[in-house]
Amino acid sequence: MAPGVDLLVQFFPSFAKIVLAATGLAIIFGIMGVINLAHGEFIMVGAYATTLAYNGALGALPLVPVDPIGVLPGAVQLPAAMLTGVLVTALFGLVVERTVISGAVPNWIAERTIGRPVVKPMYDRLLDSMVATWGISLIMVQLVRNLYGNSLNGIGIPFGQFSYGNGLSISTYKLVLAGVAALVLLLLYVVFVRTDYGMRARATIQNEGMAKSLGVDTERTYMATFALGSGLAGLTGALYAPLQTIVPGMGGGFLVEAFVAVVVGGASVVVGTLLAGGLLGFVYALFANVWGTFAGRIMLLVVAILVIRFVPQGLSSLVERIRDRWAEVS
Amino acid sequence: MSDTADGMDPAVKQTSAELATGVDTDTILKTEGITKRFGGLTAIDDVDFDVEAGELRCLIGPNGAGKSTLLNLITGALSPSEGEVYFRGHDITEMDPHERIRRGLSIKFQVPSVYEDLTVRENVRLPIQRLASGAERDERMADALAAAGLSAKADVAASALSHGEQQQLEIGMAASLDPDLLLLDEPVAGLSVDERAEIAERITQLNEERSIAFVVIEHDTDFVAEIADHVTVLHQGETFREGSIEEIETDPEVQRIYLGGETDA
Repeated sequence: MAPGVDLLVQFFPSFAKIVLAATGLAIIFGIMGVINLAHGEFIMVGAYATTLAYNGALGALPLVPVDPIGVLPGAVQLPAAMLTGVLVTALFGLVVERTVISGAVPNWIAERTIGRPVVKPMYDRLLDSMVATWGISLIMVQLVRNLYGNSLNGIGIPFGQFSYGNGLSISTYKLVLAGVAALVLLLLYVVFVRTDYGMRARATIQNEGMAKSLGVDTERTYMATFALGSGLAGLTGALYAPLQTIVPGMGGGFLVEAFVAVVVGGASVVVGTLLAGGLLGFVYALFANVWGTFAGRIMLLVVAILVIRFVPQGLSSLVERIRDRWAEVS
Repeated sequence: MSDTADGMDPAVKQTSAELATGVDTDTILKTEGITKRFGGLTAIDDVDFDVEAGELRCLIGPNGAGKSTLLNLITGALSPSEGEVYFRGHDITEMDPHERIRRGLSIKFQVPSVYEDLTVRENVRLPIQRLASGAERDERMADALAAAGLSAKADVAASALSHGEQQQLEIGMAASLDPDLLLLDEPVAGLSVDERAEIAERITQLNEERSIAFVVIEHDTDFVAEIADHVTVLHQGETFREGSIEEIETDPEVQRIYLGGETDA
């Protein structure tokens, strides 16, 4: 077996994990200027909701006479549980955005009791949002531990093994995740470039005041963006639920990859995440393959340091510079 | 059967609101005793400012007179310390900026604020996409591009436009919202003579053909004389004079405040 094939096969899971871990964080950071240190815990919510739904927890809810996942054909039970995980996390994100990030709920109450708002939105307040979301992450981990104990029964990995010679094999599901990651990036490209919401979001990023003056409800755009970013974190949790041990602290395993990818990728959500996923996925696969996963993770941080030193605006800024130069020439 | 929860026909209800606020039906914008303080500084002091439907009004005054602050109070970018703002008979003082825009108020900022990373076509799409879809959207975008005089540059990145073209684009974007009142903050600052003439033509065309009322902040008195029906002079946050351009130009007190002297008026 040529080492190149083994490296390629190892690259796909690395690429998938980095891209899927980073997209939600990149969207919330890139559009809202909010650093969500609870991003890993949002992933954890997705994984817990998926696992609980798959194991029949929806049937135990009040006013639900029968478990809706359990009555589905076996082949669609896991996708249905994953969809539940995505929706629960998006809804959870919406609650966090309304209560903590925008402060809309406390301000609504304060205006009706003391006659003035008491909370300033955390949009573009990087340090404040880090502290607030770090607090949320601590609460979430402890709350989940109190509610569900130290771990949940997991979900079996679907699709079996993919053999690629000389007795080497990899979980087919890990390769499928690379396709899902590419599909997520493609869908995000369509959302941000082709849809009305994407136009509003891009306009709000570039100049919020101008967007307001054109009738854009920027608060609703922020709300939708946080829900979208949270839903993507939930999707990551849902997709990795079969691969991970479901414990309250599992989000930490995604946070490093997510932050490194956002730093390396830069401001552009789709292009930046794609480039970061490609570069970091390759570096991780290369070093993890030769010296083990610890070396792979160390090298991710080394790449991040080098990018901060030489391309502080991230890899997507390089693409923009090349595009601008090309436009000038032509 | 009544049309509203309180049993009042909507048309009658609006008229009642107008009567209650003392706004006559031709007045689309009215500020009553509007005041803005920044700490100990009073930037706008008890200003009553009315604009009639279809009017083309210029707002002039020396630097620091409070012109941009007044515009920001009207659009909701700033909240007044005291006073109210009425638009088409409705109190909009507490309303969010985007809701004011949706009621027919539109603004072009002093610094060109087009989206440089987007094409000219994408820039005009942003205000229109909320108002129309499909073929109607395409038609309105084509109209907006024509109104901005930029149909030939629709697919060019806005960053590649000249300063004057960016101003034209922004006026086209603001006008594409079908506003009743368009507020322009120094639309010809830093432009050449030809570019100023182009902007003046765009403004008078939109005013005459689409009956859009304008409030234009401007320092250039030649430009003001070219476009304005009526001029309001602000000085030290207060309404100093109101009248035709001829009355304002020949007023010795106005000349004195522009030359930097003190006045007892």
